[in-house]
Amino acid sequence: MGEKKIRVMVAKPGLDGHDRGARVLSRCFRDAGFEVIYTGCHQTPEQIASAAIQEDVDVVGLSCLSGAHRYLFPAVAKLLKEQGAGDITVVGGGIIPEQDFKLLYDAGLKAIFVPGATLDGIVDWFKTNIKPRD
Amino acid sequence: MERVKKIKSGDVRTASRLIRNLEDGMDEARAMMKHIFPLTGHSHVIGITGSPGAGKSTLVDGLVESFRKKDKTVGVLAVDPTSPFTGGAILGDRIRMQRHAEDPGVFVRSLATRGALGGLAKAVGDAIHIMDVMGKDIVLVETVGTGQQEVDIINHSHTVIVVLIPGMGDEIQAIKAGILEIADIFVINKADREGSSKLRREIMAMLDMAPASAFPAGWRPPILKCDNAFEPVGFTKSLEEMSQTIENHYQHLVKHDLLGSRVHRKAAMELNEAIRCSVLDPVLSALAANGELERMVEQLMKKDTDPYTLAEEIARRYLKTAP
Ligand code: B12
Ligand SMILES: Nc1nc2c(ncn2[C@@H]2O[C@H](COP(=O)(O)OP(=O)(O)O)[C@@H](O)[C@H]2O)c(=O)[nH]1
Ligand SMILES: [Mg+2]
Repeated sequence: MGEKKIRVMVAKPGLDGHDRGARVLSRCFRDAGFEVIYTGCHQTPEQIASAAIQEDVDVVGLSCLSGAHRYLFPAVAKLLKEQGAGDITVVGGGIIPEQDFKLLYDAGLKAIFVPGATLDGIVDWFKTNIKPRD
Repeated sequence: MERVKKIKSGDVRTASRLIRNLEDGMDEARAMMKHIFPLTGHSHVIGITGSPGAGKSTLVDGLVESFRKKDKTVGVLAVDPTSPFTGGAILGDRIRMQRHAEDPGVFVRSLATRGALGGLAKAVGDAIHIMDVMGKDIVLVETVGTGQQEVDIINHSHTVIVVLIPGMGDEIQAIKAGILEIADIFVINKADREGSSKLRREIMAMLDMAPASAFPAGWRPPILKCDNAFEPVGFTKSLEEMSQTIENHYQHLVKHDLLGSRVHRKAAMELNEAIRCSVLDPVLSALAANGELERMVEQLMKKDTDPYTLAEEIARRYLKTAP
């Protein structure tokens, strides 16, 4: 019997090119012992959902600093549900005003991280809330 | 078996989960493979190896495109290294292939090595079987690309492509160290760079020195140059040539009855692995669990006995046929 590893996808939906955060997070998740699939910038919600299913990840982490999260984040969550993968956790981060949190939580996101969130705090959240499937 | 049926019908979710359960070493997944194995034998498995940054993932992406144009369905298994310090991994091959993410005829799955040596992940062999049973016409396997020992790929592929780039002095060293023997096709990538003709001559010279027996039924590995990936017209043409050469190689294997020897090689290796898993692993974990293994190591440190005597003792205990 081997070890059950957490698989994470870090994705950047839309036209936003701020990828520093996504790269920093990918590195930090690797250092936390996760397997990280990084798909790069300029992804459509459809590409992200489909890749998440092909890779069988436990969680999709969306990063968006351009302001388009209101549309893009819910779109990914919806597509996953439609494709029978509603059990994949979706979280998001970036420049997200507090007044948008409710909309995103209602759309199914489980957590939102904004600038100032510490990497340790983020990893802790993942380790507590993401269980590799049984 | 509901899940086998699903995999046969091409269900990505079920397939990817089974691959994951195999990666995690779950017994239940191994049991599933008993039902998958008999159904295999459809796919043409193509291995792609070469040093990190040689452009393997970019080539795989291009090959996917060119096979899709021929209406073939494609599976991709892309292996990246696990960090030996943290056990984590960044699987980045997929970045280059994302344009196919929405094509239902393409299934890309990334795997981490998880400590396996030889450039692949332990679950790769089974993952190939699963994609095969899903009905993929082509399965492309991209290795880690650490170079020298990376020869496991031949155990899994019908066709092995070795990707080389000009201007790296140690490339030829790598060839000498065994990559030459495994190549069915050489690709000189980034041929837009200086030194590609020299590299070509070097590979030629090396092939000239090889005995005729190195070329099964006369297949001398062709050396293809691949145009700059950032010049779409030339790149597409190079890939057409490459996929045609791959097809020719497969036909050569079929025509000269060589497919069997590749399949034989894989079967022998899989049996080896499976025996290790069923026989050796349980013995080792039993010895570890009751502390005996540790006690034996202590004995060895004091030179009370030697590893050979201990191993023979264990064999006598566990194997009916041991001397
Ligand atoms: C660096 C930077 C750039 C760099 C980007 C380099 C790169 N490759 O990433 C450059 C100079 C290229 C750039 C360009 C632009 N930028 Co700029 N940029 C910034 C800046 C200063 C810092 C961003 C950064 O890298 N932070 C460091 C990383 C580590 O933090 P982070 O990404 O926020 O991630 C943290 C959290 O948000 C969270 N997180 C984020 N994503 C995720 C995902 C998951 C899964 C999780 C768990 C957590 C998480 O965790 C991280 C750790 O705390 C911000 C201002 C700011 N203070 O945020 C502006 C900012 C983002 N940029 C902005 C703008 C407007 C632009 C431009 C449009 C400017 C222009 N007019 O040309 C362009 C657009 C570029 C493009 N193609 O999209 C605005 C966005 C405004 C908005 N959304 O309303 C900002 C907010 C500046 C401002 N105050 O106006 N930018
Ligand atoms: N100059 C040049 N660069 C290339 C070519 N093909 C790929 N690259 C670049 O080489 C780098 C590594 O490519 P990648 O496909 O990830 O290589 P891998 O590590 O072997 O899988 C990337 O930055 C590519 O953009 C090419 O034909 N010419
Ligand atoms: Mg690669």
